[in-house]
Amino acid sequence: MPDALADTDPAPSAYDLSAAPEPEGRATFAAIVDNEPGVLHRVVGMFAARGYNIESLTVAETDHAARTSRITVVTRGAPHVLEQIRAQLEKIIQVRQVTDVGADAEGVERELALFKVRGQGADRVEALRVADIFRARVIDTTHESFIFELTGATAKIDKFETLMRPLGLVEVSRTGVLSIRRGPERG
Amino acid sequence: MTLHQPIASTDVQAPVLTGAEIIVRALVDNGVEVLFGYPGGAVLPIYDALFHEPRLQHVLVRHEQGATHAAEGYARSSGKVGVVLVTSGPGATNAVTGIVDALMDSIPLVIITGQVPTGLIGSDAFQECDTVGITRSATKHNVLVRRAEDLSRVMHEAFRIAASGRPGPVLVDIPKDVQFAKAAYERPDTVAFTHAYAPRLDGDPARIREAVELIARAERPILYTGGGVINAGPGASKSLREFARLTGAPVTSTLMGLGAFPASDAQWLGMVGMHGAYEANHAMHDCDVMVCVGARFDDRVTGRLDAFSPGSKKIHIDIDPSSISKIVRADIGVVGDAGRVLAAMTAAWRAKNRRPASALSRWWAEIDGWRARKGFAYAPSSEQIKPQHALQRLAALTAGRDLYVTTEVGQHQMWAAQFLPFQEPNRWMTSGGLGTMGYGLPAAIGVQMAHPNSLVVDVAGEASIQMCIQELSTAVQYALPVKVMILNNEWMGMVRQWQQLLHGERYSHSYSSSLPDFVKLAEAYGAVGLRADHPDDLDAAIQAMLDSDRPVLFDCRVSKAENCFPMIPSGKAHNEMLLGDVGVDIGAVIDSAGRALV
Repeated sequence: MPDALADTDPAPSAYDLSAAPEPEGRATFAAIVDNEPGVLHRVVGMFAARGYNIESLTVAETDHAARTSRITVVTRGAPHVLEQIRAQLEKIIQVRQVTDVGADAEGVERELALFKVRGQGADRVEALRVADIFRARVIDTTHESFIFELTGATAKIDKFETLMRPLGLVEVSRTGVLSIRRGPERG
Repeated sequence: MTLHQPIASTDVQAPVLTGAEIIVRALVDNGVEVLFGYPGGAVLPIYDALFHEPRLQHVLVRHEQGATHAAEGYARSSGKVGVVLVTSGPGATNAVTGIVDALMDSIPLVIITGQVPTGLIGSDAFQECDTVGITRSATKHNVLVRRAEDLSRVMHEAFRIAASGRPGPVLVDIPKDVQFAKAAYERPDTVAFTHAYAPRLDGDPARIREAVELIARAERPILYTGGGVINAGPGASKSLREFARLTGAPVTSTLMGLGAFPASDAQWLGMVGMHGAYEANHAMHDCDVMVCVGARFDDRVTGRLDAFSPGSKKIHIDIDPSSISKIVRADIGVVGDAGRVLAAMTAAWRAKNRRPASALSRWWAEIDGWRARKGFAYAPSSEQIKPQHALQRLAALTAGRDLYVTTEVGQHQMWAAQFLPFQEPNRWMTSGGLGTMGYGLPAAIGVQMAHPNSLVVDVAGEASIQMCIQELSTAVQYALPVKVMILNNEWMGMVRQWQQLLHGERYSHSYSSSLPDFVKLAEAYGAVGLRADHPDDLDAAIQAMLDSDRPVLFDCRVSKAENCFPMIPSGKAHNEMLLGDVGVDIGAVIDSAGRALV
């Protein structure tokens, strides 16, 4: 048997390795799930097993009577990947409903973040002034530091972080995205 | 009215049973007749309850992997749910391979695993492992039951989830104290399920109409069907045949879908994919409308994705929405049960006066050109048994018999798919998605349990068969006359083939050294051992195997260096198949074939 094939194929593989990268987008999926042991693991495990990114993840029981929790997950991927992520979420037995909050004009996304900023003199004054513009609250202060609490969309929090960085930003803690739909209806 | 009013009659109340009794009762109430298992400390209460239950037949396997494959074979050949009962720790971990196999091939299984008592969970107790953690990505759904009160609901729900929608394995992990605890038993028809799970069965009528219009306008349509048609029940295969007849379209299928459409039909092209029929792959490449029913565009089917059927519109029918557009973008996706959607498409086709099936004569002329290439041709030999010849003789000598076939994994599996004709669904059991060596013998045992009077043959290789050879003992114990036909070429043939073609003939660790004497091995187990190493002796040996009423291990010594063709090499398209033409340089064949026929 000739091994011409081996010569013509620089990377012999049983698999098709020819896939080209595609431009990625961002999506925020809100999943209402049955609140039972292991459900978060199943959701996170699905992302890990299929190689999807998780940019942020929030989860808590939101309806005690119905025993349901809301998982909001922010992810990135090409459009068909995002579509597949949604289908894979919906396939999980404990998942009741999935909404693409980012694509929904009525969707609202909020994050809460805590910023520790250390500085003196003009920087300290400037930090306070920026915090005031962003309507951040001061929740702790010493002679050389502040802790700010800020709520808003991811972009607003990112912007605040950028502005605080040269003013002595020491540490950030963020909740990840929470989401809900506008209007009187559920879901 | 007195103070001593009698309490209500007890028969209207749910009976109070132990957890173990609830499990056994739930099995009976869900129609289970056979289960495959292996006892151990954490399932002893369940085995105790089984001892008193004559309606359940328990098959004692020799390794828990065997139990899962046997349950797969049982399920695949009967359309019922396969049931597995194993203990905690190693019992559960040994079962994992078969559980993933069932997940990949959409086989309905309910696996019951014992667990250490709830108070000991997390303490690294004897034979403890995080079974639900380990099997979460291996199952369609799994549950650790912490209260006996939840058991009947969880058990009934497990059967419902395993069998409906896209079928799959559901694992129920039950701590030993929960098996002893008492609770009320609820019947399957009265229990309230807690999950919102409701698979969609009927396709969207608008999409179905759109799909039918597209097929009606097609000049080169093809039906590409998969295991989903078989999972949808015998009615789906009937609907497929009817729709194919009406449209006149050629039919191909994946490895998992063989038998849904009869191999004897003139519209049958043979299997698609890496080792599929030359005509099937070329028709897939050149079609203008592809109708995928219950298949998932697996990489063994598509070959190089960016060159996969470049000129066609794709209609994808699947019960699993995540299958649609996962790999190949569907122009029309229809979520629904394959049988129901095919029936709806048949009705929609009939509702209008369509072009006759004969309108596709030009397309069929092209297909006949590919058929004339005889892609499965091999060089015959009068000195050595060719594996393809052995399978052709098996097919000839079993013609008309009530036959079920299982396989292991490798070259023999592909040859079996190429050379054994299947006319009906549920007759072909093979490990497709996971490709599990060791599947075939235990699967054959499961098939034989479901069909005690039928002929069950496991087409095996000498390497694969050794992965679950211990189940020969199970076959002997239960007098299951399964026939194991080992195409023994002393190599892990598919590995050897790849090393020859793609790794410069460096045969790294693929030789089956120190093979046992399979005849003596069979006899040691109490089975029948047969051997043939010359073509002149082949028919007699096959006949002796078929005539035996006992389990048989047939060591069929075949030519050692045979390659499995045709073959779509790595990273190539369907129209770049390699053919196995004897004495012709492979490179020349692919070029001339490509130029002449594509």
